[in-house]
Amino acid sequence: MSEKNTYLPYLMTIDKVIKEAPGVKTYRLKFQDESEAAAFDFQAGQFGEYSAFGEGESTFCIASSPTRKGYIECTFRDTGRVTSGMASLEEGSTMGFRGPYGNVFPLDEWKGKNLVFIAGGIALPPMRCVIWNALDLRENFKDITIIYGAKSVNDLVYKEELKEWADRPDVRMVTTVDPGGQTADWTGEVGFVPTIVETVAPSAENTIAIVCGPPIMIKFTFPVLEKLGFTDSQVYTTLENRMKCGVGKCGRCNVGKLYICKDGPVFSKAELNFIPAEEY
Amino acid sequence: METKYISQGGMAQWFESIIASGKRVYAPVNSRGQVDFKLVKNLSEVADDYIQTTQSIKASVYPKAEVLFTYEKDHGKVNLSDFDPETIPETVLWKVHPCDAAGFKPLSAIFNWDSADKLHNAHLVKTSVISFSCAKADQSCFCTSVNGSPGNTAGSDIQLTVLPDGGAIAEILTPKGEALVALLPPVFEAERGDKKEQYLVDLPARFSLEEVNAKLNKAFNSTVWKEQSERCIGCGACAFVCPTCACFDIQEDVHGSKGRRIRCWDACGFALFTLHTSGHNPREHQSQRWRQRILHKFSYMPDRLSVVGCTGCGRCSRACPVDMNILEHITSIAKQ
Repeated sequence: MSEKNTYLPYLMTIDKVIKEAPGVKTYRLKFQDESEAAAFDFQAGQFGEYSAFGEGESTFCIASSPTRKGYIECTFRDTGRVTSGMASLEEGSTMGFRGPYGNVFPLDEWKGKNLVFIAGGIALPPMRCVIWNALDLRENFKDITIIYGAKSVNDLVYKEELKEWADRPDVRMVTTVDPGGQTADWTGEVGFVPTIVETVAPSAENTIAIVCGPPIMIKFTFPVLEKLGFTDSQVYTTLENRMKCGVGKCGRCNVGKLYICKDGPVFSKAELNFIPAEEY
Repeated sequence: METKYISQGGMAQWFESIIASGKRVYAPVNSRGQVDFKLVKNLSEVADDYIQTTQSIKASVYPKAEVLFTYEKDHGKVNLSDFDPETIPETVLWKVHPCDAAGFKPLSAIFNWDSADKLHNAHLVKTSVISFSCAKADQSCFCTSVNGSPGNTAGSDIQLTVLPDGGAIAEILTPKGEALVALLPPVFEAERGDKKEQYLVDLPARFSLEEVNAKLNKAFNSTVWKEQSERCIGCGACAFVCPTCACFDIQEDVHGSKGRRIRCWDACGFALFTLHTSGHNPREHQSQRWRQRILHKFSYMPDRLSVVGCTGCGRCSRACPVDMNILEHITSIAKQ
């Protein structure tokens, strides 16, 4: 039988390790097999199952942009068995990867529009993929605004890239930390993401909002966007639930009758209206 | 399809020829009062007087724990060894009830709906199903309410309907069934005009699937889930005995530098099933997990995969330690 074993991962080498925040790291992974590397392709929004051999698999988005070829990146927090196993690996070690899985952000449909990215905490990685994808195709879009918040200054991830985005004349970058999370030299905003969105978000006219964060942030940001005039089809998010297979079989990531792994992880707010919010 | 008659003696000879062909044969065996599918070599080992095996035949095509692949770590490098379908032996399932045979379709729908599942399919290809139609049922049986019947041939390669003389009507349904007949063709005699229906238990339908499906489409926020599941202890027994439950976990088994990644049965009734690492749990309460179980089987699967995730075997009701009865619960939803 020539069927492929879905569960057999690609072997990847950790090419680069970046310490992002306490307990948070980014790994750049390269395919060990050149023909697998050449055949591999993905689009912004997709995810995969990453293995630490000996510990198991965890689900993360692909945090690098599909416009950057030859590698994929993932950003993770050291919290459970697999992520602590991953965190203990060094450059040059082998990991496993299955993917890409799931649907994609419709960047083609967003051509000629303004984009506002709204992200909280460790949810910047899936957004980072689509941010770089949009910035690498900058001429396709009008104004680009990035609103990013974390609990504290220390918890902000991609600190170098936040600076790079802030320095770009073609990006409006707003960074915020929760009240009490600021340091003496903090020059950004102080306040929860939904509150900041209300004061700094661009006009809803010809604008797409992409929201990514913990469920609680998403639930409080949506009404703010609605108040600002964003219709449900102008707002996108990416959801995550616990997963094992990533391919619609293991039965745990569904929200109502939709599988986050197959029908998502990218959903427009219009689509979310038809699925029960309590299941994500 | 071809229909034949096989005598009681012919059946015994045919069984011996199946064993002699080297195929492994699983059949119901009564072990101190509990009947379950076991490897058998002689027809005399096969249980006779029972309604239902405790476990379904699901494990024959979806093992409780199955190695997806193995690996060996070597100085930072990893060598993978893929699952080899050739390691699966030719298997015959003897005396399967129609409700178990009917379970293969929803199982395969889950495993193959979007991408092919190499492991499940490797088992299916090697498995032949000889079902026996049902002359008896108990109060937990409800196959006729979920598109089945005591003489349903779906999922079977051969179906036998036992006659008063100990012989049987043999319906040869598929090429795999023909191959089994070819092991000993002379024992399959010309049919004698026996009427199969006459030897099947009469089991009136208890609810309409269409009605249940329509009700469930609007039932997500109903109070019925909490009412029905108040006594549920989340033990998962219902899922483990079910012929169609397919939800699984993937676990790692490591010994020194060698490891195995294993797919194991899991259950949506467990609190840990959907728990995020952050502590957030989208299905925190047992009522939400009970709702998932019923909606998945009777709403999501029919809508998305065009199959119902229940064959009416009644095992979940028989196995439940707190007497939750799926038939009663579904019937009450249909009546709402």
